[in-house]
Amino acid sequence: MNFEFSEEQTMIKDSVTRFVREQYDFDTRRGIVESAEGISRDFWSMFAELGWLSVPFAEEYGGFGGNVVDIAVVMEELGKGIVVEPYASTVVVFGGLLSAATNEDLKASVIPSIIEGNCLGSFAYMEPQSRFEMADVTTTAKPVDGGYTLNGVKTVVANGGTANSFIVSARSSGDQFDRNGISLFLVDSTAPGVEVKPYKMMDGQSAATVTFNNVSVDDTHLLNAPGEAMDLIDQVMPQILIGLSAEALGIMTTLNSLTVDYSKTRQQFGTPISSFQVLQHRMVDTFMACEQSKSMLYRGLCESKSVSEGETDGSALVKTVHALKATVARYGKTIGEEAIQLHGGIGMTDELNIGHYVKRLMMINTAFGDGDYHQKKFNQISYMS
Amino acid sequence: MDIKFSAEDIAFRDEVRAFFAKEYDATVAEQLSGSAGTDYKSAIVNWQKKLHAKGWIAPGWPKEYGGTGWTSTQKFIYETERGLAGIPDVVPFGLKMVAPVIYTFGNEEQKARFLPRILESEDWWCQGYSEPGAGSDLAALSTSADYAGDNYIVNGRKIWTTFAQYADWIFCLVRTSKGVRRQEGISFLLIDMKSPGITVKPIVTIDGKHSLNEVLFEDVAVPTENLIGDQDKGWTYAKALLAHERTGMAEVADSKRMLDGLKKRAAAEINGGKPMIEDPVFQMRMSDIEMELMALEYTELRVFASMAAGGMPGPESSLLKIKGTEISQAIHELQLQLAATYGGALPSELSSDELGHDFAAEARGKYMYGRAATIYGGSNEVQRNVIAKAVLGL
Repeated sequence: MNFEFSEEQTMIKDSVTRFVREQYDFDTRRGIVESAEGISRDFWSMFAELGWLSVPFAEEYGGFGGNVVDIAVVMEELGKGIVVEPYASTVVVFGGLLSAATNEDLKASVIPSIIEGNCLGSFAYMEPQSRFEMADVTTTAKPVDGGYTLNGVKTVVANGGTANSFIVSARSSGDQFDRNGISLFLVDSTAPGVEVKPYKMMDGQSAATVTFNNVSVDDTHLLNAPGEAMDLIDQVMPQILIGLSAEALGIMTTLNSLTVDYSKTRQQFGTPISSFQVLQHRMVDTFMACEQSKSMLYRGLCESKSVSEGETDGSALVKTVHALKATVARYGKTIGEEAIQLHGGIGMTDELNIGHYVKRLMMINTAFGDGDYHQKKFNQISYMS
Repeated sequence: MDIKFSAEDIAFRDEVRAFFAKEYDATVAEQLSGSAGTDYKSAIVNWQKKLHAKGWIAPGWPKEYGGTGWTSTQKFIYETERGLAGIPDVVPFGLKMVAPVIYTFGNEEQKARFLPRILESEDWWCQGYSEPGAGSDLAALSTSADYAGDNYIVNGRKIWTTFAQYADWIFCLVRTSKGVRRQEGISFLLIDMKSPGITVKPIVTIDGKHSLNEVLFEDVAVPTENLIGDQDKGWTYAKALLAHERTGMAEVADSKRMLDGLKKRAAAEINGGKPMIEDPVFQMRMSDIEMELMALEYTELRVFASMAAGGMPGPESSLLKIKGTEISQAIHELQLQLAATYGGALPSELSSDELGHDFAAEARGKYMYGRAATIYGGSNEVQRNVIAKAVLGL
């Protein structure tokens, strides 16, 4: 038994930590967020050179051959700097779906370009009515000779404005909520009939509404068997939830340490406010919240490893990742709100970094299902079988 | 990053599991539950003698004094299996509290005199720390021990003394001089409960039972040979063992077993024609606890892994105590919620069986007595003070 990172993982971790500390201070980040594209292409090229973009991909595509622990290591450190470059969207989600896809030709052509830094990708799944239900899909994929025609609207597509490639969920059969009949397609953002309307989200990251008007897709652009999108999504979801939770943990850790440090310097009533027991106990509670979140993440990592090594089936892992996302949502909210409260007035300002960390946590909270959604899934597995 | 045990450790786990399965049968379980008509003291002493015969009574002790010589992993496995099997822990006052003080700070004579009888469960010990005026602020204690030639003369009152009614010996923190700091001038004294001048008064708790007592000392003569270590240094000895006490308080395995029991009970209790386990609100309450426990299981493993790697249990053991007791209380609370109004009936008036909810009285008793978990062993507020100071540097 051990909870240590391997030598390689420690090297990646140190490399991301150093980047955040030395090159991604809060003012630099603000400059990037306020730029036209909202991301730094220079940094993205650097991520490619440093090998970060290759982490989860198989060696046959030029990848590092890493696992979910490696992803978590990178995501946690990126979270500490609230890095806005679309690592989660491109590498973890888009890249994760591609890695799990069965279309070998497609993988061989796209994955190397992700690793080189030339492909920014995004998973276009959410629709105006779908909220957290992946299988609520009204975008249609009508079979035509040699392919499909896509029609529909995807909304709040992460990184949608800068992505040059989308994985799109679209329905070729079944009714609106049917888990069967949904297919995943790789679609170029400049393909005829694709309309991208980009906008900024509250966490400084970009998103877009993407409309598909009679978009022709060759059936060589199907990720896996037609109609079986949900199988692929279910397979990749633990990795997505773990990656986002690791980012959240990095943010929670940072918020707690910023708050503790601030309380030691802020003087009121002639003494540092850290000397007040009522505040001490609140900071102890947020410390414990962070430790419990970390433990749940580690549980997810250990169970993922045991599934990937063929020692256990995925049932315990599925339950754990629901619990992980719900825990991170609950404690992320607590930690964010306490960070603002303990900073007082200054915590309310846009100038201070605190609110920006909190807003990223809020976006993570709702991504791929909020806390209540995942707790209900957890309940179904635990108490209804 | 994995929680795998070695083949040897798994073989050890199977050995422990098999032993518990064989020895902890329904009769022993019934006797140890403390239910009506059973003699709790004899039951626990008999069980502890069985563990001693197997050589497993004191895993925490160094081998030279009768410990098992287990690795820290084996100790962890043993405690986990005990909890999962629903077996109560040994009475801690002798084996886990006073014995480590004796073998760490006592002299050879004291070791030879007390340790074997503790191993054999021949002496029943109780703990004399708290006083009416010294609870969380233990250093405020005022029970005095005045040096008088061959004896200390002890006067004062100890309170919340668990199982003093069974005890042969009590280990006490007493004031031997008025130091500059209150923590100085406290000594660690072993006192024979049969000494003239000791009176034990029962305190009935809110679960209607008697396990706590008040112990009064009136001019009790205690031979100076019963002093541990140096006079006035008792605080240091007592404090050295507190972190050890706290690591045992997460009780993850016990809570896992209780949660399994809760789920089974929730499937059997009906409201409006539907089992409570299908009630969406009750489900949320259960999963709040279950998820927290899943996390705590790994928090405990993380603390354990750092100890196994040679670290000492540090202030993070306070976290285990806080979360562990909050979770066990939350489980008790839901059990009582399942007992509903039936849980209010006193067994002396109407048995739970007659009510058709055989667990109801026990659920109430556990809920009521369980409130103590966040008070004893250093209240959870004091544990928060410890983390604030030692971990966060506040």
